[in-house]
Amino acid sequence: MERKKERPYVLEIENLSYSYGRRNAIENINLKIDEGSFLGLVGPNGSGKSTLIKSILGLLTPQKGSVKIFGKPLNKFRDWSRIGFVSQKANSFNSGFPATVYEVVSMGLYGKIGMFRFLTKKHKEKIIEAIEQVGMEDYINQNIGQLSGGQQQRVFIARALVSEPSLLILDEPTVGVDARSVNNFYTMLKQLNEEKGITLILVTHDIGAMSEYVTDVACINKFLHFHGGAQEFEFQQEEMMSALYGHDVQVLTHNHDHHHHHEYDGGAPQ
Amino acid sequence: MEILQQLTFLERGIIAGLIIGFICPLVGAFLLVRRITIISEALSHITLTGITAGVFLSQAVIWLNFVNPLYTGFLFSLAGSLLVEKLRQIYRHFQELAVPIILSSGIGLSAVLISLAQSSYNEWYSYLFGSIVTVTLNDLFFIMFTGLAALLILGAFYKELLSISFDQEFAETTGISVNRLNFFFAVLVALVISMSMKVVGILLVGAMVTLPVAASIQIAKSFKQVIILGIIFGETAMIAGIALSYYLNIATGGVIVVAGVVILIITNLVKRLTQAGTAAS
Repeated sequence: MERKKERPYVLEIENLSYSYGRRNAIENINLKIDEGSFLGLVGPNGSGKSTLIKSILGLLTPQKGSVKIFGKPLNKFRDWSRIGFVSQKANSFNSGFPATVYEVVSMGLYGKIGMFRFLTKKHKEKIIEAIEQVGMEDYINQNIGQLSGGQQQRVFIARALVSEPSLLILDEPTVGVDARSVNNFYTMLKQLNEEKGITLILVTHDIGAMSEYVTDVACINKFLHFHGGAQEFEFQQEEMMSALYGHDVQVLTHNHDHHHHHEYDGGAPQ
Repeated sequence: MEILQQLTFLERGIIAGLIIGFICPLVGAFLLVRRITIISEALSHITLTGITAGVFLSQAVIWLNFVNPLYTGFLFSLAGSLLVEKLRQIYRHFQELAVPIILSSGIGLSAVLISLAQSSYNEWYSYLFGSIVTVTLNDLFFIMFTGLAALLILGAFYKELLSISFDQEFAETTGISVNRLNFFFAVLVALVISMSMKVVGILLVGAMVTLPVAASIQIAKSFKQVIILGIIFGETAMIAGIALSYYLNIATGGVIVVAGVVILIITNLVKRLTQAGTAAS
């Protein structure tokens, strides 16, 4: 508790709203994230999770409210190597791309190194270290497109880790990863959090699998419905679920998108 | 400078060819992975407009008679390249429209300017299909200068361009400015297209950018290999093309492209054979 007072929050979000045209994606979100926590950010599809993440990463400019990263307002923040990002794998890259695991992971350093400079020996060591951290050292010279979904996702984690970030953000990283790999994957994240002290934000709609691993949970569906410790969440889970679920039904009727319904059912605990 | 002036016309052509054979695949590799190799077609045609404009100006305006059409070609190529970027933003959902728009405008304007300018058929022929024997000292300077500029841009932004080509969203989160990079990339492509004009010719420039990397991607394991093999293939096609076109007296660009196609076929066969080999073992 004392440590938290000395250090700034990793992330401070105040009154954040964002809309695409007339449709509000997120409204009035207030969220502070402590250093060293492992936050599960949950909500049904279309609940504004990705919008929130994009606002944190500077991919979207906040329309209302403010975002502070490591105590600095978003528009003044330059040290992007302190944040690692792993996006939904699905449509973010061309699987025919001629790049090896080594080359993909090295991309995590490119923003930091700066122009006219190339990788030094030290950078190369870091790249190999990051690949080892995710257990992909046997595939270092393999083409990224030839790996399985779970293996690709590990490579993308390594790419995010190679700049040695203090905050790692993962947006639905387990989409397209088979069920057995998912548990290994979460275990690996937990290790990164506990052993390396990296603050993690894991965006998911898969509440059941996630809740064993995280320290904190935040639920959003346009608004922030809950933010607290994982145990507290377990306690209120049912209530939370129905609250979210109720909003989900509203979203359903607006969008006529029945897909949400099924996926959310899949994530519900027994 | 002295040394350059003592070169024979053939030596000038060969040097120009080697520079082009090196840089075209280098930039082609990025066009390939960004899936926009087709842009080279649009730019080569708008470059033709620039060249015709240059020829026309040097005839029509007395005090502009020193203008080398390659320079006006580059200016049009650059404008075209930036315009393609702009059109791709305007037609966000129909990005492929940018190429035919620029291509047809380029060829239409060229036709107008060609009929205004009075030039021999031979001069246009060498711009259309390329020729090494007509590379003047001034042309060689232009090719060296644009080649150097292209290498500088690549040296500065190689990593950033690779990261953006692979995953733009991630690149942005590492602090890379996509807009700035796209601008430099547009300049880079314009440089390469206008540089290749004299030797390979307008109709065949796209081939020099595309064929070597289309061959190398079949057997390359990494992006680095795509580039290295692409340069080897590009230079091979170039040397074969120059030699054959000189001894057989046929259009240089044509022979270079045919050589490139042969390499493409061979690499595809090699890939088939090695795959069959690994499947059998």
